Amino acid sequence: MGDADITASSWRQVEVGRVVLFSYGPYAGRLATIVEIIDHKRVLVDGPASSEDKVVPRHAAPLSQLSLTAHVIPGLPRATGSSKVKSLWEKEEVESKFANSPFAQKRAQLAKRRTLNDFERFKVMRLRKQARFEVSKSLAKVRASAKA
Amino acid sequence: MSATADATIAKFQAQATEKASRYYPAEDEKTPRKVRKSIRPTQYRKSLQPGAILILLAGRFRGKRVVLLKTLDQGVLLVTGPFKVNGVPLRRVNARYVIATSTKVDVSGVDSSIVEKVSGEGYFTKDKVSKKPGEEAFFKQGEKPEKKTIDSSRAADQKSVDKSILSAVKKDRDLVAYLSSSFSLRKGQKPHEMVF
Repeated sequence: MGDADITASSWRQVEVGRVVLFSYGPYAGRLATIVEIIDHKRVLVDGPASSEDKVVPRHAAPLSQLSLTAHVIPGLPRATGSSKVKSLWEKEEVESKFANSPFAQKRAQLAKRRTLNDFERFKVMRLRKQARFEVSKSLAKVRASAKA
Repeated sequence: MSATADATIAKFQAQATEKASRYYPAEDEKTPRKVRKSIRPTQYRKSLQPGAILILLAGRFRGKRVVLLKTLDQGVLLVTGPFKVNGVPLRRVNARYVIATSTKVDVSGVDSSIVEKVSGEGYFTKDKVSKKPGEEAFFKQGEKPEKKTIDSSRAADQKSVDKSILSAVKKDRDLVAYLSSSFSLRKGQKPHEMVF
């Protein structure tokens, strides 16, 4: 009998300490962390952000409004108080870490693109075409050298 | 007693004293309906300022990006391609079938006397021949149609209007490409959610 090779999945899990992003609802676009899992649909979240307009007060939020980010605050005790959450939040630098993540950057890019006017959209399209052309050029070079 | 009641009484008294006519028209006289609309000059959107780049939505040049020269009356706009960039000549378009973008081109250098002339009455229509097929056209079937000749004065007007616009446009290479490209919706683009 062969040994079964069992590895844990790398899915993002709903867990205490998971940093979540509100995708819609009254706190859309704000960050919070899961403090306690209430049931299969709701979690208790707390988002002690540094700026006033980004703060998510501690409340029960439906998971359908949240997207799980790649970040987890390690060692966040279950159902811990707001002050402890705040100190760990600041120690982990959750906000700056999230802002530098590819997910946040893609979101920022999308938001920026949405505000562009027709001429700016045209310029973006031209630049993307140029970039694509350079890539295909270098790829063709690599292919040609591989054949030879 | 109220004033309206007084008036009614006076009316009846007057009728009593007047002797009714023996004749009356057999048919009611038709009175034209009063027009309650007033003719006001067209108010254009704020975005339709001379020099604005527009996207044409209807007609032969739909999708083209053109430069607005002047707003004429009755919801008509005077635009130009410029002709050399995208093939759109000096042309009148309906303001309703146009998207105004926030991009602007400097049109201060355009000769205003020519713009006046072009926007005047009959400039586009005076030499227009009716295209209705008549008897002669029937017998001419199969023959080669006459080649359309362009009025040299119209061509000269086009050139002089476009000259200064072209020099302004050519300062930005992207702008030339932008004007010569035509607009279309891409996948997932919703015009009501887009910024122009």
